[in-house]
Formats: sequence, structure tokens, C-alpha cells
Amino acid sequence: MSAATDRAATGDGSGPAGIGRSIEEAAREIAAAGPSAPEPARDPVNQAMINNWVEAIGDANPVYTDPAAAAESVHGRLVAPPAMTQVWTMRGLHGVRPADDPLRRATELLDEAGYTSVVATDSAQTYHRYLRPGEHVAAVAVLESIAGPKRTALGEGWFVTTRTTWYVDDEAVAEMTFRILKFRPPEQPATGHSAGATGDAGTTGGAGTTGGAGTATAGDDAASAEAAQVLRPVVTRDNAFFWDGLREGELRIQRWGGTLRHPPGPLPPDGDLDAEPDYVVAAGTGTVHSFLVHHHPPVPGKRLPFVLALVELDEGVRMLGELHGVDPGDVHIGLAVEASVDRIDDDLTLPAWKVRS
Amino acid sequence: MTITVGTELPPLTVDVTPTFVVATALATRDFQDVHHDRDAAVERGSRDIFLNILTDTGLVQRFVTDWAGPDALVRSVDLRLGVPCYAGDELTFTGRVAEVDGGEVTVAVSGVDSLGQHVSATVRIEVAA
Repeated sequence: MSAATDRAATGDGSGPAGIGRSIEEAAREIAAAGPSAPEPARDPVNQAMINNWVEAIGDANPVYTDPAAAAESVHGRLVAPPAMTQVWTMRGLHGVRPADDPLRRATELLDEAGYTSVVATDSAQTYHRYLRPGEHVAAVAVLESIAGPKRTALGEGWFVTTRTTWYVDDEAVAEMTFRILKFRPPEQPATGHSAGATGDAGTTGGAGTTGGAGTATAGDDAASAEAAQVLRPVVTRDNAFFWDGLREGELRIQRWGGTLRHPPGPLPPDGDLDAEPDYVVAAGTGTVHSFLVHHHPPVPGKRLPFVLALVELDEGVRMLGELHGVDPGDVHIGLAVEASVDRIDDDLTLPAWKVRS
Repeated sequence: MTITVGTELPPLTVDVTPTFVVATALATRDFQDVHHDRDAAVERGSRDIFLNILTDTGLVQRFVTDWAGPDALVRSVDLRLGVPCYAGDELTFTGRVAEVDGGEVTVAVSGVDSLGQHVSATVRIEVAA
């Protein structure tokens, strides 16, 4: 392991570690190489594999197995379950990824840098049409991005996103964006594997799926571990009620007589040294007064990009928090939001926002 | 069937037996040992064998079409994985209609096991308007 790798392993986000830059450069090369050569499925779409699949999954939809019912359906004939799309191009028991496969290249790159373990985190499949028995699909994959290094519960790692398109002849029939986390397991006995890890990249490279590792495990554990790294607020006598409230699911606003104040402070706005504050519980509704979309640099515990919104509460004070569940491009001043909370751990809960429905 | 935003889908509980984990892994042609070999899974730090992602995609699709009926067209399944679902656990799916735009319906699906949120998904279907 090079010194540069060691520096990156500290993951303090303080420096553009040499290895970080070189992984990004190498990733650009892999992406620039474009799509892999089409990889045909072993078998055409066929009834036997469909029958095995619906039997195992417990799917009783007759359009997959009952010719008469399928003929009466919108399909007019038997079709394959859309969720089987990826199954057709799985490499099977002894399959090996071809040398130009972008996930294989990304895996090799990150293996060399010490990020040897892998876990799948996301899959997004779009089906342009249903497949029919007898059709023969082929998969083409391209590297979309490699993002990192990120600190996660499983260890420091990089998120690798690939995009796979399935074709019948020249027709694109389905697409998938697939994300894995390639991570460096924390220091451990030589025979051990970190919890949630599903094997090293060699395993994946050998038996993996078209789209990726093909294994469901601790993806969101990784995300919640990122959360555990968040910057923590300084809790003082003056603002403890605010943080206590969030833990109990209340958004509390400091009150000095008839005046609300946020962020809370030690004195009322008029400087009366004898005044004692209490608080009111906000309704939790408001509108975006201002916001920013944070793309760079990495922030511990946050996935980039994220939206930080200054929200004007209906009570009149303004409060900062991350705005979740919205495409940054859709955020605008005046957007109606409501409070939610980001529960980080037993001690810390952060205020956050979501779009009001 | 009238589909409106907020409509709740009938919940589905799957008994995740070792046989279920193995049968679904092989039916999805996923031969990674952590889905059929308990010793290997334990050696890799897992408690037991666990469900693979292709099965989650299948279960989410089934959960939605069980409700929407055989003429619903599944257009997309986006899913995000959480805690593992180990053999011996139960996995319960719940869902809610998040959006209706003519015949296009978006359903938010959640799959929870004893460890917590195993999968959260968004499924887009088309139904006769």
C-alpha cells in the first residue's frame, strides 16, 4: 500500500489525497471507454426459468404462466416478469466478467487501492416493454460514476454507479442504474470479514451479476454510518431545550415574553437581564426563505449533493436544516415545507425539512 | 378499482425461511455463497444466509401487482437497500400510493424485517385510466 493510500484511508476529508485524484482520473478513463461490448444472455427468455422464478418469489400473476389468461390480458400472450430482466443476463455459477466490463475495471481499480470489500446499495430499473418467451436479450454496461472517498459504517469506501441497458436486437428494452459500495474493511483479524460485507471483489468478479454485486445487505447501514459522522452542535444551557425537543420530536422556539427568538440566545432582544425564557412548540410548517445546494467539498455524514434550507416558520422565525426528498433543481424560494427530523443517534437529532404534500 | 393518492396496499408478509432464501437466489441465477451457504455467510461476518437484491426487486414487483392486478404494467422499480434480511426472519411489505397521473401510478413500498428497514422502493405502474 502506498503512502498516498494510507493518507486517503484516514478519510478526514481535509485533503485531495493523491489516491483520491488518481481514482477519479482512472474512473474518467473507464467511463470514457464507453459501453462494454453487448453480452448476450445464456438462454433466450424461456418459460422454464419463468416458472422457477414465479414459484420461488410466490408471484401468482397469470400473465406469466397461464396462456389462456395471458391471451385475455393487455399483453395478449405470455410475458416475462419485468423484475426478471436482470436474471436473463446473470453469469451463473462459473461466469466471469469480460475484460471490458466497466464494473470489473472499477472493481480492479478499487481493489488495488485497498477497497476490497463490496456491498450493493441501490438499484433502479426501468422497463420499456415486457419481454416475451423466445426473445434473446443482451446487456451493455457503462460506468456512470465513482464517488468518494466516503466514511461509512463498513469502512471508508467509494460508491460505484453503473448503467446497464438490455437490448433485443437494436431495441433497448430495459435499463438499470446500479450502485455498489466498495469499501476498505476496518482493521480486523486476517480471517475476518466486516459485518454486512458480502465477500471480496474477487468473489463478485467471478460470480457477480450483470449489474453488480447482486447482494442485498447493509446499504443503508452504510448510509446511517455516514450519519454517525455528522458534525455535532455545541449544546449549551441556552439551547439545550431545543436539542432536547428534537429528541422528543418537537421543534421548540425560544420565547421571551411575547417575542420568539431563533437561534436561541442567553438574552431577550431588548437585553433585559432579569428576563427568563420559555419556549413554544412550532407547528412545523413554513416556507423556504433561502437555500443552497452543496456539491463540494465533502461534508462528514452527508451524501452530496444536499440541500440546506433556511426556512421561515409560520411562527415567524427562520431555522436552518437539510431539505430531504427533493431534486435540488426543484427547490425554490417560497416552497412550502414541513419539519421532519434526522435522528442521528440516541443523543443527537437534527432539524430537517421535507416538501409539504 | 379507484386509485387515489394515499391508498394503502394490503400488507404482505413473507416467511423468509432458509429454503426461501436459497430458492429465490437460485431462481434469480445468483450463486454467491452468502445466499446458500450458511458457514460461508457466517465466515464473512453475516449472521446467516440472506436475501439477494434480485429477489427484493421480484418481491416488490409482486407486492404491487398482487394489489394492482394482472393488467397493470410495471414500468420501473427503484429500490434502496437497508439492513440485511436473514434466513429465519419475516419480511413485511407495506405500500402507499404516492402519485396518480392519469393511468400512471407511483407506489412507495417499504419492506421491514426484525432488524429494521430492509428495503424501500418506488414502483411506477400503468393501469387502465
